[in-house]
Amino acid sequence: MGWISDVLRAIVGTIIIFSAVAFIAVMFGVLLERKISAWMQSRLGPKHVGPQGLLQTLADTIKLLQKENIVPARADKVIFASAVIVVPLAALLDYVVIPFGTTRSGPLIFRDLNIGVLYFAATSSLVVVGILMAGWGSNNKYALLGGMRSAAQMVTYEIPMGLALVTVALVAGSLSTVTIVNGQARLWYIVTQPVAFLVFLVAATAEVNRVPFDLVEAESELVAGYFSEYSGMRFALFQLGEYGEMFAMAAMAVTLFLGGWRGPVLPPVVWFVVKLYALIFVFMWVRWTYPRFRIDQMLNFSWKILIPVSVLNLVVTAFFAVVAHR
Amino acid sequence: MTGEAIAFYILAAVTLGSAVVVVTSGNIVHSAAALVPGFLGVTGLYILLNAEFVAGIQVLIYAGAITVLILFAIMLTEGGTGLGGRQRNEQALVGATVAAAMAVLLIIVATRTGWTAGGGTLPPYTPGAIGQSFLRQNILVFEGTSIVLLVSLMGAIMTARRED
Repeated sequence: MGWISDVLRAIVGTIIIFSAVAFIAVMFGVLLERKISAWMQSRLGPKHVGPQGLLQTLADTIKLLQKENIVPARADKVIFASAVIVVPLAALLDYVVIPFGTTRSGPLIFRDLNIGVLYFAATSSLVVVGILMAGWGSNNKYALLGGMRSAAQMVTYEIPMGLALVTVALVAGSLSTVTIVNGQARLWYIVTQPVAFLVFLVAATAEVNRVPFDLVEAESELVAGYFSEYSGMRFALFQLGEYGEMFAMAAMAVTLFLGGWRGPVLPPVVWFVVKLYALIFVFMWVRWTYPRFRIDQMLNFSWKILIPVSVLNLVVTAFFAVVAHR
Repeated sequence: MTGEAIAFYILAAVTLGSAVVVVTSGNIVHSAAALVPGFLGVTGLYILLNAEFVAGIQVLIYAGAITVLILFAIMLTEGGTGLGGRQRNEQALVGATVAAAMAVLLIIVATRTGWTAGGGTLPPYTPGAIGQSFLRQNILVFEGTSIVLLVSLMGAIMTARRED
């Protein structure tokens, strides 16, 4: 009865991923966001709950859990309720293929799929469906506009991101994330593939709808975009999806370009976490430094600059890969 | 019953259940959204068959892109309020008869065919093998498909441009 243990393992894995993402990525991520934004704006940020405000987001989460769950009278109730499941689910699925470190018995990963990178692209593309459903189901013009913008934006930026993923897979000769990390034993791919790294970083920022690409939830024009109508726990689940997706993107960038868990002296998992938070800091730094793009500028930037650059990068890389094989 | 069989029946039920919602729901947005569990059920079937690469593509293209395209089209269309759509017309009876006849035919053919397991084993790294097959034995089909896609892409751009 091997399959029962497989099912049990899947359930335990789901619980581990969910709680780790909820505590480490979302709660700590939100706190970090507030602290870093405060630091950049010469403020103090949350300070009163717990030592140095450490428990602020925990308190916020408990507050959100107690709040009333409001459904707009003319909302599409089924779509409104199921959108909440799709967004965090898509974000959590990303973590299956991310290698967090290595132990004596092998790499620390839920499943080393031989289509790892493709799997990551596939699951992260599911978020769009959830956002469109949320925007539509709310029956609110701001939410719908936010949902439409998000669909245009995420579909557009998926292409350069996919091309960057393909380029790395080409260099490593595999789609498996563990093989890609092992391929960086001598040299990180950020050195050989700086263009792909930049393209991936920009596309990842757009995929998670962060400034300067946060037109989806542009506060000054769209209230809060697609989740304007959500309250309480459902709002918290959207936050979970958003921050979970951001951490997944950063983790993928670490895996693909920064050598994953590799590094001297310190244990592998520590290296992974250090690199992960360094990238998260970059995301937050950008968010609190740059103004927002206009929608046409943003779409033009992807179609006219990012996609041609990444196609060119792919062709050049493929050429050298073929030459090296001869 | 083996775990594989249980998984198959669950996945088949999910796929068929959402397919029924797709064709019967009076709300066109519900129909489009119900495509997602349907596609994911099919993905599960591919994984059961060890076709991981096809499964990944299925999620990326169908669940991720096609559904978004359909939802986008519905929401941009005038009158696409999603409500009050009718999925049946006067020809329901004729359609049902044809569908039933087709189903009977398919079941007869499927049960009478002696299915033999294909020879050989799966390559350990399927994406590479699929790429090799596309660029060696099946290059003509592959290039033909590329040209069809390119032409439809250009057609779409021309159609969109003419309106300005």
